[in-house]
Amino acid sequence: MTAVWTIVGYGFREAVRRKMFAVVVVLTIAFLLLFWLANHYVFRDLSTITPPSDVHVDTRTFAGAFLTGLSMFATLFLGVVLAVFLTLGVVSGDAERGLLQPLVARPIGRSTLLVARFLGAGGVCVAYVLIVYFVGVLITGLTGHWYPDQIVWPGIELAGAVLVVIALSLLGSVVLSSTANGIAIFMLFGAGLVAGLLGSIGHALNSHTIKHASTIASWALPFEALYQDGLRMITEHASGLTGFLLQLGPFGGAYVHGWGIRTWAVAYVLMVGAVALFSFSRKNL
Amino acid sequence: MRLRIVLGGSEHGGIELRPRRVGALPARHLVRPALGLLGSGTLHVAARHSASVPDALAVRNLAKRYGSVQALKGVDLEVAEGELVGLLGPNGAGKSTLVKVAVGLVRPSSGNAEVGGFRAGSRAARSHLGYLAELFRFPGWYTADELLELHQRLAGSHGGAAERKRLLELVALSDAAGRRVDGMSKGMQQRLGIAQALVGDPRLLMLDEPTSALDPVGRRTVRLLLEELRGRGVSVLLNSHLLSEVELVCDRVTILLGGEVVAAGTPHELSRPRGVELETDAGTTRIEGATREDAPRLVSEAVAAGRKVYGVNVLTSTLEDVYLEAVGGETS
Repeated sequence: MTAVWTIVGYGFREAVRRKMFAVVVVLTIAFLLLFWLANHYVFRDLSTITPPSDVHVDTRTFAGAFLTGLSMFATLFLGVVLAVFLTLGVVSGDAERGLLQPLVARPIGRSTLLVARFLGAGGVCVAYVLIVYFVGVLITGLTGHWYPDQIVWPGIELAGAVLVVIALSLLGSVVLSSTANGIAIFMLFGAGLVAGLLGSIGHALNSHTIKHASTIASWALPFEALYQDGLRMITEHASGLTGFLLQLGPFGGAYVHGWGIRTWAVAYVLMVGAVALFSFSRKNL
Repeated sequence: MRLRIVLGGSEHGGIELRPRRVGALPARHLVRPALGLLGSGTLHVAARHSASVPDALAVRNLAKRYGSVQALKGVDLEVAEGELVGLLGPNGAGKSTLVKVAVGLVRPSSGNAEVGGFRAGSRAARSHLGYLAELFRFPGWYTADELLELHQRLAGSHGGAAERKRLLELVALSDAAGRRVDGMSKGMQQRLGIAQALVGDPRLLMLDEPTSALDPVGRRTVRLLLEELRGRGVSVLLNSHLLSEVELVCDRVTILLGGEVVAAGTPHELSRPRGVELETDAGTTRIEGATREDAPRLVSEAVAAGRKVYGVNVLTSTLEDVYLEAVGGETS
């Protein structure tokens, strides 16, 4: 276990010393300031918005959920950026630069090294995602007096989504060069988001084909499903027209959700991890 | 067919020669060191250990293919305990691949390699060795002392601060213990790399071009260090292009070409007679084919012929001559 924690510490020091981490922190602070401003003006002007008398929409819930959904998307995006840049070169990139060989030559085992790098990057990214998510919830709560129906679970699912991306990025780092891996992971991330939006559209239009494609994408890329499930839970108790409008998206509910997808996400991470470990064990450095 | 001649008593106490394959390059045929070479052969001289103690490194019939490139073609190599073996060859000869297989960074296609009796690449094998890669880099944010501490933890060394201090002294970096890696010159980083390889008192040290970035003083430091390590019984496999350095410190030399061993032996064994030079009042005469043993007779004959002899010089090929003959001037 000493070796694991040593490598975790190595990865952690690497993470917090990278300029990219500082950039992410600065961007995050900027985002949270803008988010606070958005909350301030939206909720200040909310009283001036009067829906038609026959439209029964809970404007505060709608605005709060919309803003929290926006915050969750930004949190996921920034978390994924952080995750990808922390892990995209862990194997091939570090091997090309000569950083990996002195570590692998030590009697720690390649699997220990990769698992420790997962834990190191995961620790940094999960902490980051949870902090940003809860600060976002707090900003909306303090300025708009609106809190999600479920507060903790959406944050955990966002963190889980980032862990899925980390697992994919580590696998990519074994089989691809750093640049190719970075491109591949961001394209997968984009594909997942598009699939989620398509799912919302498919359900609004009641298109079986689009819904089916979206469901397949959700299982193939469970980080998107976890994010969607988190969005669903922030307005879990919203009903009527408010609930319907939120379901339409883009920050609406999930159509693949619950313990099924959560369990699958855990299994997915384990399977991707197993493939990464197997590939790494056979890789010439 | 495999011809096996054992000179001396036991297998570990003698010299083993194998016939080399007829190579495609005529230059290879020129290689005729005093004792053995050849093909994928082994030359194992005067092992210093008992038969019960496994070699620090034992490589047998090792082959490695990268796609269509055959990097190693059945290489045999042994490094006995306390032995310093030099690995020579042009770029692309397979030297680094051989070292990487031994360290466990590369999987062999066939054959096997053992470190201290353990399969190369296994944890037990890696716990016996220290390694400095040809192209390496350390994280720039670590100080020299922190880097050694990191490797102490990974190697399971309990040497603590005393070991780190000793290693930094050994590579003349005592004053740089608190300096960050990214503030060090390439030469300092190379010496730090050697210190890193020595963490945990490894039984076998694998050094891949350890002096490539060092100035003459740094090279001398490393040379003295290698001699000291040999004195302590540490085995070293030294992969280097610096022939003079290898000739000075290595007990044995193995020359690779195209993934095959084309020459192996002690520097003395690999060198061959190139005649005797007699300096007399009639000038300097070179007697081709004469050996050291012929020198007294040649002097006597010259004196008998009325010549005044001022000097005798027995000529032997240097390791550089042997190397150039072995590789046929190849480079890549």
